[in-house]
Amino acid sequence: MNTNTDLIQIKGLRDGLLVTLGAGEWGELQNMLFAQIDERSSFFQGARLALDLGDQNLRVAEMSKLRDELSERDISLWAVVSDSPKTVQTAQLLGLATRISKHRIDSSPRKINDDVDSDQAALWLPRTLRSGTRIEHHGHVIVMGDVNPGAEIIAEGSVIIWGRLRGSVHAGATPRRDGSQQNEAAFVCALEMKPTRLQIASEIATMPKGKNVKGPLKISLKDNQFLIEPWHEK
Amino acid sequence: MSAQIVTITSGKGGVGKTTAIASLGIALAGRGQRVVCIDGDIGLRNLDVIMGLENRIVYDIVDVVEGRCRLRQAMIRDKRLPELFLIPAAQTRDKTALSPSDMMRLCDELRDICDWVLIDSPAGIERGFKNSIAAADQVIVLTNPEISAVRDADRVIGILEAEEKGSPSLILNRVNQEMVNKQEMLSPEDVLDLLAIDLIGVVPEDQAVLVAANRGTPIALDKDSRAGQAFRNIAARLMGEEVPFMDLENQGGLWNRISKMTGRRG
Repeated sequence: MNTNTDLIQIKGLRDGLLVTLGAGEWGELQNMLFAQIDERSSFFQGARLALDLGDQNLRVAEMSKLRDELSERDISLWAVVSDSPKTVQTAQLLGLATRISKHRIDSSPRKINDDVDSDQAALWLPRTLRSGTRIEHHGHVIVMGDVNPGAEIIAEGSVIIWGRLRGSVHAGATPRRDGSQQNEAAFVCALEMKPTRLQIASEIATMPKGKNVKGPLKISLKDNQFLIEPWHEK
Repeated sequence: MSAQIVTITSGKGGVGKTTAIASLGIALAGRGQRVVCIDGDIGLRNLDVIMGLENRIVYDIVDVVEGRCRLRQAMIRDKRLPELFLIPAAQTRDKTALSPSDMMRLCDELRDICDWVLIDSPAGIERGFKNSIAAADQVIVLTNPEISAVRDADRVIGILEAEEKGSPSLILNRVNQEMVNKQEMLSPEDVLDLLAIDLIGVVPEDQAVLVAANRGTPIALDKDSRAGQAFRNIAARLMGEEVPFMDLENQGGLWNRISKMTGRRG
């Protein structure tokens, strides 16, 4: 039986609502969602909404329309979670968060996963990141292409760029607000290293302007100092 | 007829979109094509001024969309070229007076009555920009060899790719070869290196462009202007001809300095 309530699940998170949509045709799902929202408008009004879209494929036009329609109802869409890489990419292009900690309302202590490396899949980006793109990922990030000025990568793991780095990168970024989870083992590699800004864990590097930095480089942290070395397999 | 709909956009303002639309319109119409230029910059219209048609506006694009006039009534015929038309923007309204679907309907109607629809996009990446790319078959990104303009162009290309508009082509406007040679300006190679899209034209910097714009006689009408020639070349490339890129080097150097000394415009 496919009633609205089966296809649309609403959960409270500490900092907003999580709406999970079941499988189905996007137009229909969207109508059902808005029907639910309009029915209980006082409940939804002013809410911060995260959407779990399952394996739904959404294009930028569709997602930005959804966001606009939600904001007309005084609901702010801040995150989109999806199994579809296409949808995740779309959300990133619109500057939405693509991960949320669903466990926040659980009372049981969360199993602490110290090692980012062990089980997190790396995010694979086989394209050039243009100005205005912001990528956030809880593991490693691999870019096959350039990172242009005005693009930003924030990864909890390492960042590897098979191309030119001219934008900003933060590797080993803090997954928790208290800073307890800095990943100082993270590193950044690029075929050409000319970042606007480069940060590993809490250390910020300033690249000397005009200094000739040629060739593939790997930058890592050693005793809170930046270590710059040629990037090649040893 | 089934018109090709081309939008010129840039992200940053003041790089020469409107001048380019006017000049490409003139150049295409000069080749016997029937061209409609649309000013998409509602609230800040100026394509009419550059084309020298500002005192002939009766109806504008918002009047068409809101049903106060027929499409034909808002099309102003150019004085010089009978196959060139302008649909002006409304000056007293803002970008929300139009929606992307309005633009699609309008362009569908135009498709049957002309060969080219050229849409002048406003600066920015908001509503006006979205309106002007909605109906485009082909988008041209125009930029100057300045770091800020190139970064905005990069952002716009990213958005166009995400909207699945296909890869846009590039016009690099206002290149000063002398400054490039002295490494005071980004070279076309530097810009292409970053943006990585197809180049459809390089337009040299030319003071005659400003004079022409103030007079309302687009630069493509000036047979002696190198910028005008560059726009005529772009029009030819849009029509599928293979035209070699202009040699900017020759006149940027010694000859230019000699002609300046003798009081001639380079």
